[in-house]
Amino acid sequence: MKKILVLIAGLIPMLALAAGGDVKLDKHMTDLRDTASLQRGAKTYMNYCMACHSLEHSRYNRVAKDLGIPDELMQENLVFADKKLGDLMTNAMRRDDAKRWFGAAPPDLTLVARVRRPDWLYSYMLSFYADETRPYGVNNEVFKDVGMPHVLAELQGVQAKGKAQVKVGYDTLTGQEVTEERDNVLYLAESGKLSAEEYDNLVYDLVNFLVYVSEPIALERQRIGWWVLLFLAIFFVPVYMLNKEFWKEVK
Amino acid sequence: MSNKLTAFMGWIDARLPVTQTYEKHMSKYYAPKNFNFWYFFGVLSMLMLVNQILTGIWLTMNYVPSAEGAFASVEYIMRDVEWGWLLRYLHSTGATFFFIAIYLHMFRALLYGSYQKPRELIWLFGMGIYLALMAEAFMGYVLPWGQMSYWGAQVIISLFSVIPFGLGDALTEWIRGDFLISGATLNRFFALHVIAVPLVIVMLVVLHLLALHEVGSNNPDGVEIKKVVDDQGKPLDGIPFHPFYTVHDMVGIVVFLMVFSAVLFFFPEGGGFMLEYANFEPADGLKTPEHIAPVWYFGAFYAILRAVPDKLFGVMAMGGAIAVLFVLPWLDRSPVKSWRYKGMISKVFIVVFAVAFVLLTWLGTQPATGTNTMLARIGSVIYFGYFLTMPFYTRMEKTKPVPERVTGGH
Amino acid sequence: MSQDGVNKSRRTLLVGATSALGAVGAGFVAVPFVKSWNPSERAKAAGAPAKVDVSKLELGAMVVVEWRGKPVFVAKRTEKTLGLLESLNVKLKDPNNDNKDQQPEYADNLYRSRNPELSVILGVCTHLGCAPSYHPEVKPEAFDKDWKGGYYCPCHGSRFDLSGRVYSGSPATENLVIPPYSYESDNVVVIGVDEENA
Repeated sequence: MKKILVLIAGLIPMLALAAGGDVKLDKHMTDLRDTASLQRGAKTYMNYCMACHSLEHSRYNRVAKDLGIPDELMQENLVFADKKLGDLMTNAMRRDDAKRWFGAAPPDLTLVARVRRPDWLYSYMLSFYADETRPYGVNNEVFKDVGMPHVLAELQGVQAKGKAQVKVGYDTLTGQEVTEERDNVLYLAESGKLSAEEYDNLVYDLVNFLVYVSEPIALERQRIGWWVLLFLAIFFVPVYMLNKEFWKEVK
Repeated sequence: MSNKLTAFMGWIDARLPVTQTYEKHMSKYYAPKNFNFWYFFGVLSMLMLVNQILTGIWLTMNYVPSAEGAFASVEYIMRDVEWGWLLRYLHSTGATFFFIAIYLHMFRALLYGSYQKPRELIWLFGMGIYLALMAEAFMGYVLPWGQMSYWGAQVIISLFSVIPFGLGDALTEWIRGDFLISGATLNRFFALHVIAVPLVIVMLVVLHLLALHEVGSNNPDGVEIKKVVDDQGKPLDGIPFHPFYTVHDMVGIVVFLMVFSAVLFFFPEGGGFMLEYANFEPADGLKTPEHIAPVWYFGAFYAILRAVPDKLFGVMAMGGAIAVLFVLPWLDRSPVKSWRYKGMISKVFIVVFAVAFVLLTWLGTQPATGTNTMLARIGSVIYFGYFLTMPFYTRMEKTKPVPERVTGGH
Repeated sequence: MSQDGVNKSRRTLLVGATSALGAVGAGFVAVPFVKSWNPSERAKAAGAPAKVDVSKLELGAMVVVEWRGKPVFVAKRTEKTLGLLESLNVKLKDPNNDNKDQQPEYADNLYRSRNPELSVILGVCTHLGCAPSYHPEVKPEAFDKDWKGGYYCPCHGSRFDLSGRVYSGSPATENLVIPPYSYESDNVVVIGVDEENA
């Protein structure tokens, strides 16, 4: 038995190399307990994304309940058109129209965090840069030739791709940042309404919200899990003792 | 009160042999007393079968079996149906744990020669269950109608087209029910998955158990306990299944459930190996995913398929890998059942085989890079080598003497 | 197997403990299966209250609102027709709302409504469930020469006045149901919610 385990353990790291790797992604420290962050993310989503990207499997009242938003506030600020609180979060855009206007219909995003994963989404929203060859004037480091305009450009500003000073470390004596010129990196060419840090936080919140909406039951599922494991651990005791008791008879 | 019960059972027994059956299969079924860890997986497989059936029935209450409605209905179950999310995860995690139990159960048979005479039929029924289970799991995975559901179905069903003389294409179209994978395919898979194949599985499980109880269980020493009996005809190394193995199995069940629950409640996607990430995107016939991979439990056979550069021979290799399992009882020529008493070659080879199988399983889920393909070829050679050379090494090798009575056993 | 007595009681205790905990566990496992049969969020959303803005509703006009999958007739009644209601009592099967199941407390009056001006009536005929048609004008009709305004069910000829009260001679035996409703503001009615918001 042990022999097998050692052999397997040895092989797996080797195999990890076999898997492909692409663009380096920034890590998203998802925190579903940060309801303030989720609320901000929901607001950003409704204001900037909902017009094109529906959340057709999610209901407003569920989002309100899980994010701790009182019904009236939810209805007033985050529910648009003549939608009711119990409705699914669909949008007015029809798929055939969208396809004609945009080339590809903007996909529904309810589950995007489970398909693309948080790190990808986070990096994606931070990686738009100006590209005149594209129909909307932007391209994306993480999603090459994406068909989406940079909706948040007014907030982030415009990034460009080219030569820029990149921080590579700190001078051990003076504590000053040490930079190096690198090519093909993204840098802020035009600033937007938000500072780099503010924009980063906004995207963090937005992705946090997307992770929540992709599986609203996640926190509850884990909470129940602890109780189930506890019950089974307790149940194990009489079951084990009962077994031992009967097997005393077996020689 | 006890009199009433006795009278009641008497009435029943005169019309249906309930007590007799109970005694034959539980309280007077003598099982070897030396069962170890490997012997839990039969009952654990049955537990998972019950889980799949119960949660499956409940899912069918809200699932919509149409190409238009399927994907949304799964999210409806996950969000709008009370406790629907748990029913869904029980079913998806259950599928994985069913296969874990089955593979370990089958491996036990390899270790102890449980497929050898007189248990060949038990093994054949078991292989039938395995085959049916793979079909069941494959069709089940199509039902959510995600990208992987669609494209996995596309790849596997198109394998049938390798059959020559035009039969392959006709067969593929007949299975699909359409010129491409569509709602027609989904609907028939739904019917097969929900009732047809489960019925087949249940029937095979019954036959499997009846065949087992007819000859009696094997054990880690491969000793036939019926050979040494007391003056009442009871095997000296046997103990009644109930109560000894009912309480014993309960321990195994609780531990298994703890592992199962840990995965279900904390890791239901299984890192993308159980619920593949691409399947959270609705099926799109016009957009092929970058990387089509089966769920982990099909990995080995998929790896073998891809290891062969030719489509026809690849399919034959994959089929052969499953077919060779069926004839295992006749490949093993050893006079001895359990690996404890077999020669060195058998011992080493079974470990190497197990490693190769795990490796192939992993490789089947990964992209077919140059390195991966090379490893898959090595793994395939080991896999087939284990079986095809078995008639020779099992006959040639020096075995150890098998004891008269079982060793170990609490 | 030394002292049988001690063994037996320990065994019984353990069997008992295991069975009891097992039963508890089985109970917990049963919960999702049972509860999943409850109305889902979709069902609850469909049953959600329906809001109506009646500011633009003209006198004598009626608007149909869907609530819980059924039509609700919301109509503004004229003073003239309101005045005629009492005179119809002799022609009605249940003029005084003797059947308390057909309307909430606040509608247990001549007008069968919170405010006389606005009627909120479930548009489901109490005979066999058809939707009655609206005939608000005080003029002779084919089904009643002496018609004083109300609802006529085309299926089997049941007649109801503008308060939804059933006429004698109709196949229907009960007055039309008044659903729970309340005023969210002077001009907005919420059907399905009872609490008085006005």
